[in-house]
Amino acid sequence: MDEQPILLPLDRWHRAKGARMVPFAGYAMPVQYDRIIAEHLWTRSHAGLFDVSHMGQLMVHGVEVDKALETLLPGELQTLKDGRLRYSMLLDEGGGIIDDLMATRRGGDFYVVVNGATKAGDIAEFERRLPTGIIVDHMKEQALLAVQGPEAVAVLGSLVPGVADLGFMQGGAFRIGNHAAWISRSGYTGEDGFEISITASAAEAIADLLCADERVRPIGLGARDSLRLEAGLPLYGHDIDRETTPVMADLGFAIGKRRRGERGFAGAERILAELEQGAPLKRVGFTLDGRQPVREGALVLDGEGNQVGRVTSGGFSPSLGMPIGMAYVATALAEPGATMMLEQRGKLFPATITALPFVPHRYHRKPQVQGA
Amino acid sequence: MLYFSKDHEWVRVEGVVATVGISDHAQAALGDIVFAEVPEAGKVLAKGDEAAVVESVKAASDVYAPVGGTVTEANPALGDDPAIVNRDPEGEGWFFKLTLSDPSELDGLMDEAAYRDWCKTL
Repeated sequence: MDEQPILLPLDRWHRAKGARMVPFAGYAMPVQYDRIIAEHLWTRSHAGLFDVSHMGQLMVHGVEVDKALETLLPGELQTLKDGRLRYSMLLDEGGGIIDDLMATRRGGDFYVVVNGATKAGDIAEFERRLPTGIIVDHMKEQALLAVQGPEAVAVLGSLVPGVADLGFMQGGAFRIGNHAAWISRSGYTGEDGFEISITASAAEAIADLLCADERVRPIGLGARDSLRLEAGLPLYGHDIDRETTPVMADLGFAIGKRRRGERGFAGAERILAELEQGAPLKRVGFTLDGRQPVREGALVLDGEGNQVGRVTSGGFSPSLGMPIGMAYVATALAEPGATMMLEQRGKLFPATITALPFVPHRYHRKPQVQGA
Repeated sequence: MLYFSKDHEWVRVEGVVATVGISDHAQAALGDIVFAEVPEAGKVLAKGDEAAVVESVKAASDVYAPVGGTVTEANPALGDDPAIVNRDPEGEGWFFKLTLSDPSELDGLMDEAAYRDWCKTL
């Protein structure tokens, strides 16, 4: 496509910080400012600032919006408390994944954050399939910044009183630098951290405010990808898509218990059957000996050289100093510790199936308070 | 004498022995290098053959033989520390040495001044 990439609200800011800009999801996005491994390790040890304003921020409202959304998403939304986030997926009628997303109850509405490359299609899907009276507002004027890493809470806590009291997957309305913000404790790196939704016109001021703290450095898409891969988090369009279901993707945790009993969601018949009997393929993590990565598109072979799966993400783990990846393999073979053969550019690589995540999550989970 | 190809390989020639690596421009464009696969001694390469593979965090790239010849030695340091290519691409981060089969192939390459000028136009 020769279409001009859309510029982020922070486009000028990124370039001034020395970013190398690349086209991604229709936008010109910063892939790196420094070296990717340095940015990755900085995020794991300090705090990284990510501009994820390409993502779609939607506000869905209307009578019984939770019940309406539950027809398309398999997650438990009716009992989701105010200010709580839920990871979920927009499903097609066959149970295929149209997108993965975060849904947050905000008062009477649901705030839904979807992937940048898929947002236009998602909005059309919601509008076509949700009942009349449910309105989907695309909050095009909002920017989205993420601060991720073990020092994120100290940095943001010093600027935004009260934000440190949020638990993982909890959000609230705050003020940062005299601007209204919706801040949630969530992210895509496996680290503790926050996502900050602010009006686009304030994005530069907020980015400067955060980077004025020497613990924070801007981090590009390159490290965002290696961080999420280490954290075992799927990337839409690569590790999950319409050819995969939540069960194949090993995301069964996102299907609510009540929902399993009641069935009423898109693709329920197939998904519940897969939950019971297993899906033919399953997403797994793998590690390799040596240093050479095996990347997306490589084949998974059985002992006789037949293709029994494919690699959907692969790269070099800066934290572990070894190649890691994700693949779909026949469910019967998908046991941690099992070995499999991968083929890339005519060369064979023995791989070991490994439990995800590769690098332990360090989310700030609060103990559940009974009856709260 | 030091020569460069349009694929950003360099060749340093001493007598009939040529040392091959990738340029500083190439390592900067590739980013963090995490793996390099180099040819074994004895391998016969024609000019333009795929001679080595270099993997950065982002992607895999081929390294082509800028001149033909027989490989005499690969850089053993690349196995344990491929990042040496980022730190010293045109020195300690060399890939392999070969005996030139046809020194006239060097005529098609750029000298250092021409290469550096050409990089500025990219």
